[in-house]
Amino acid sequence: MLTPSPSSRIAHAAAVRPAASRRPTLYTLFVVLLLAGLALVPTYAALSGQAFYITLFARIVVFAIAALSLDLILGIGGLVSFGHALYLGLGAYAAGMLAQHGIDNGWIHLGVAVAVCAAVGFVTGFISLRTTGVAFIMITLAFAQMVYFLAVSLNQYGGDDGLPLAASSRFGNVSLADPATLYYVAFGFLCLLLLFGTRFIKARFGMTLAGIRMNERRMKALGVPTLQYKLGAYVIAAIVCGIAGVLYANLTQFVSPSYMSWTTSGELIVMVVIGGIGTFVGPVVGALAMVLVEEGLKSATEHWMFIMGPLIVVIVLLTRRGLVGVLHSADVRRAAKTAASGKLMEGRS
Amino acid sequence: MNVSLFVMQCLNGMQLGVLLFLMAAGLTLVFGIVNFVNLAHGSLYMMGAFVGALVYNTTGSFLLGVLAVIPAMLALAFVLELLVFNRLYQRDHLDQVLATFGLILFFNELARMIWGPSPYYMEVPAALSGTVDLFGIPYPAYRLLIVAAGLAVALGCYLLIHRTRIGMLIRAGATHRAMVGALGVNIKLLNSLVFGLGAVLAGMAGMLAGPILSVQPGMGEPVLILTMVVIVIGGIGSIRGAFLGALIVGVIDTVGRTLLPAVLRGLFERGTADTAGPALASMLIYILMAVVLALRPQGLFPVKHG
Repeated sequence: MLTPSPSSRIAHAAAVRPAASRRPTLYTLFVVLLLAGLALVPTYAALSGQAFYITLFARIVVFAIAALSLDLILGIGGLVSFGHALYLGLGAYAAGMLAQHGIDNGWIHLGVAVAVCAAVGFVTGFISLRTTGVAFIMITLAFAQMVYFLAVSLNQYGGDDGLPLAASSRFGNVSLADPATLYYVAFGFLCLLLLFGTRFIKARFGMTLAGIRMNERRMKALGVPTLQYKLGAYVIAAIVCGIAGVLYANLTQFVSPSYMSWTTSGELIVMVVIGGIGTFVGPVVGALAMVLVEEGLKSATEHWMFIMGPLIVVIVLLTRRGLVGVLHSADVRRAAKTAASGKLMEGRS
Repeated sequence: MNVSLFVMQCLNGMQLGVLLFLMAAGLTLVFGIVNFVNLAHGSLYMMGAFVGALVYNTTGSFLLGVLAVIPAMLALAFVLELLVFNRLYQRDHLDQVLATFGLILFFNELARMIWGPSPYYMEVPAALSGTVDLFGIPYPAYRLLIVAAGLAVALGCYLLIHRTRIGMLIRAGATHRAMVGALGVNIKLLNSLVFGLGAVLAGMAGMLAGPILSVQPGMGEPVLILTMVVIVIGGIGSIRGAFLGALIVGVIDTVGRTLLPAVLRGLFERGTADTAGPALASMLIYILMAVVLALRPQGLFPVKHG
């Protein structure tokens, strides 16, 4: 009863790829346009003199990275983690605490963030993965809350008020203090992750993970050590999100317990789902949509959540496969049409 | 640490425990029967507190405030189920989590718009503002009332679930939903009933907690998360588990917060103890949860599926 109901929607977005054709699909076209658009943001900001755009879009890219890491376990693995913001916070605190002690070496920030996220991800993942379904949702939430309260009680590191970042992460001569540099670094990392992601879905690990999502019992019967695969994915997701955390601390020049509050975890899930689950591109679109809508509503009214909340409810109730899913089904239709007309031509000749 | 302080903290823990039980009972039953994750349960708690406080402050009668919460929560549960939840029961957990997450944002902002961001004041009723002498230990009467009311509700729930026909159907629905439906029971109605009951209990918990905790937007979520810990520890879908889990969590959390810093001060030097004490105390129940899960993934008192 507690196993998550198999969601045809999740299976669909990842598994259905339009038959390989020479014509670029709408999907590829869309991804190329999206990335080109994101790459041009700093140029546009410099030309228009609106530096604000860089920080806004840097936030989008950082959240895209975090949401993408969540998509690995949520979309591919079918593990609904409601505490993923924990790792965003851990990464941010790694940078913040080290900077406070006078260490501004970015490699050390990154190394510590990765090590801490891997360790915490391994321990909490090992315990939470003993459960499934609702219990898993609640346990991941509870673990995130636990570290949240820990951060709140750390008075020497700002406690409830948070901690200004004493020094930005510096990689040799490259410092993340400059928003444009930070943007390019984050964007480059995002592109790498997307590249990695498309390979991952087709690789043995990704296939196995998807198989576990669809029918764990059968995978076990086939002799697959399912816990190891799930735990591996969980730890990788934690590490990637931790790196996003380091970037986020540099972006806001501040570290706050609210980075790992349950609302942030919820927002990450919203990004993954409205963008399109199990696709890796979906979370990027989701982060873009979410942050822009949030900013738009915030500038319109102080009570933006009054609109945002019902908006999320309506989106969940009406759409089933996210924004990227719409593109996929358009591609599938087109491919089917081409195949049908091709057969027609063959018949005539 | 003397004995009277310890007893008092245990009573405070009991009081937190029964409040958590009022929350957990509704949540765990809805989980059990329809496999539905309702994160907005904390919002019901908050709305109960606000509605109760509003009626109490306008009329001056605490009893009237308590009574007003019941129809208000039933109406709210009805509207929520009609508009949103009906469409969510058949969806997977992810959709349920997301939609109810959206509802939390909505309710918190609604409360902020109506009552403002600062805590809404609610007095302990005059008749209960004194203390009661418990074996030589003075204890606030109102807090004692909460413990008594919570235990009474727990007894009522136990009788309802284990001694009545409706309770039998609820238990049957939790284990063999399709079969109960096939036998001609309107399982949808049964579910609405359970959901309504859960909403009333959550609203009651909010109303009762109002005078001792602050009534403010967002007050529901910390309680919701504690409730989830309770349910996980107790075993999902089990009323008995919810009750015992709630008491365990309530007592350990409350006693740990006073006892742990004192114990650490005895073990380490003052600076370390003062830092580690509160941090460790706030993590205590989560550590407890992790230990329980590591040993018994089904919770301490799981529902026995025939």
